[in-house]
Amino acid sequence: MKAAVIVFPGSNCDRDVAVALEAAMGRTPKMVWHGDADLPELDLIVVPGGFSYGDYLRCGAMAAHSPVMREVVARAKKGVAVLGICNGFQILAEAGLLPGALMRNASLRFVCRDVWLKVEDTESAFTRSYAPGEVVRFPIAHADGNYFADDETLDRLEGEGRVAVRYVTPGGDATEDANPNGSQRNIAGIVNEKRTVLGLMPHPERLAEPALGGTDGRKMFAGLVEAFA
Amino acid sequence: MKARVHVTLKTGVLDPQGKAIHHALESLGFGGVNDVRQGKVIEIELAETDPGKARASVEDMCAKLLANTVIENYSVEID
Repeated sequence: MKAAVIVFPGSNCDRDVAVALEAAMGRTPKMVWHGDADLPELDLIVVPGGFSYGDYLRCGAMAAHSPVMREVVARAKKGVAVLGICNGFQILAEAGLLPGALMRNASLRFVCRDVWLKVEDTESAFTRSYAPGEVVRFPIAHADGNYFADDETLDRLEGEGRVAVRYVTPGGDATEDANPNGSQRNIAGIVNEKRTVLGLMPHPERLAEPALGGTDGRKMFAGLVEAFA
Repeated sequence: MKARVHVTLKTGVLDPQGKAIHHALESLGFGGVNDVRQGKVIEIELAETDPGKARASVEDMCAKLLANTVIENYSVEID
């Protein structure tokens, strides 16, 4: 698998995700600076977490219009897999690769803790290693992860099975208490129509090694490596 | 010429910051506040001298960057 991680000024999970990718695929992904307009041939582009451009204007808004993102959007339209984690999800939504928007958490607080997720769509390269309905533990760390879309968009996402992961209780129920940020319908991550773009607020790379306290995130990277072997 | 852009959350979009301000106003003793919605104002200095062209240009800026039309409305004033 050929993978690249995009690095913006203010990205802070770029190296974490590079470590998780390297562990899964056995070689280092290419790190691409935001001002670079050229990308090599790739199977996977990761837009990592952080606070690109200081979250100015809106989270992800500036990054979505950076030179490298124009190239990422063009590649995504050709079917190259794109994974947006946390700030990366915000950037993909701002760039129009995924519907909806990530708003300020309903609590107005920065929430940094582990959450339980139900993997609802396992048809994408990102989630193929998980069992349908599997409940996993990923960390979240964000102030703006409150997923919003109009009802028509939400119904379409649900109808097409494009809610990839949802905030749930450890038992797998999508209750209000299990929702850390006020996201509509407990949505934690969605895929595009072709299932080649995934955006999610939780961080698989932060629980991808036993030394980090868990390995539930590892399957996402393992699945990608299998898909592009 | 100068443009002033007002960006506000669409009706029906929850505004937790507006709610927090509302509570703060009540706790300061300001009665009769029915609702608070928070938005932002962006001031832009333009080289353009034709008001029509200036408006068209700023509206394009709003649609492309200044507002996220999934959740926000915008209005433009040209001076």
